[in-house]
Amino acid sequence: MYLNIDGEKPIYVQMAEWIEENIISGTFPEETQIPSTTDISAKYKINPATALKGVNLLVDKGIIYKKRGLGMFVAEGAENKLRNERKQEFFEKFVISLVNEAEKLNISKKEIIDMIEKGCDKK
Amino acid sequence: MSTIEIKNISKSFGKKQALSDINLTLKENCIYGLLGRNGAGKSTLMNIINNRNFADSGEVLVDGIPHCENDNALGKLHMMSEHLLYLPSMKVKDMFKSAACFYPEYDMEYALSLCEEYKLDTKVKLQKLSTGYRSIAKIVNALACNADVVFFDEPVLGLDANHRDMFYRQTIEKYNSRPATFVISTHLIEEAAGMIERAVVIKEGKLLLDEDSEAIRSMGYSVSGRATAADEFAKGKEIINEENLGGLKTIYIKGKLDRSLIPDELDAAPLSLQNLFIHLTNS
Repeated sequence: MYLNIDGEKPIYVQMAEWIEENIISGTFPEETQIPSTTDISAKYKINPATALKGVNLLVDKGIIYKKRGLGMFVAEGAENKLRNERKQEFFEKFVISLVNEAEKLNISKKEIIDMIEKGCDKK
Repeated sequence: MSTIEIKNISKSFGKKQALSDINLTLKENCIYGLLGRNGAGKSTLMNIINNRNFADSGEVLVDGIPHCENDNALGKLHMMSEHLLYLPSMKVKDMFKSAACFYPEYDMEYALSLCEEYKLDTKVKLQKLSTGYRSIAKIVNALACNADVVFFDEPVLGLDANHRDMFYRQTIEKYNSRPATFVISTHLIEEAAGMIERAVVIKEGKLLLDEDSEAIRSMGYSVSGRATAADEFAKGKEIINEENLGGLKTIYIKGKLDRSLIPDELDAAPLSLQNLFIHLTNS
């Protein structure tokens, strides 16, 4: 995890996103344990309260849950939930801004679609 | 778990007013960063809290009890500072043994395991240690004493990057396994910023700031761009500092950054703890 201590995003949000990233990529599969906040705080030299805040953010979202006496586990269906959330974000962050930029440059809807197809084919 | 209340503490050395009317509460189980420029009064304040020096006026309460000449109260505190308070001819191991007499919860096994991790030979006399290893010996002592409130005055003095990293990690591990209050005074703010829960800033003997790190992140931001545009934006806002570079101007502003209000031609960035510190304490 790369933490940007001075970044605009609070550290606990960065930490929550790091866990989400690992769930989506399959590094932390569903129903498996994730690293404890004490381990994370010591490894990344962040305050344990900050680490706990990041984890609680995901508990509130239902992405992870606490097994008493054992630790934090990835919830069933978490990966799908996160993917759908990211899809919505993708639309807002990339598609909307793409359309806005295209409008500025007088790129037509058809041209945009052609460009996207071209981009997809390239891969 | 102990709370320390610092009430109206003032101290002068001759004509120099080192501390003026400091009021501050150190809450239990919190990692503090005590920040200030050279000569700001950090060490003086910590020395007074630890009864190593006397205040001209005011008092320090440990769990509600005045700490002066009170062994019970002082036994809850430990301070690691540049000064070596043990006999220089003492071996590292004997320093630990001697400290263990004062701290009932002293963990000798843990102290020795830390020494192994640092590769510090406990049979060496304190006077034979290098500056870095002398700091390490005192750090180990401070972490092992299991006091409720541990003060670190410039703990990483002379430590290389690897050892500094170890110190930050071990302090957090200690905090996780046995919650206590840690007060860390350091000039390497950026390195310690992530672990600091609350920052206390002293400037010229006065308390300037006592705030949660999370809140500090939204205390200031900078805008930079064409001088006229930057000035126009900063009009009516509380300016901390200004810098000019050719026609480019950077203005540091107090308050929370709201990107939606920043004109396209200006760049904006939140102030880090270190940057905020620099601009607040620049005289």
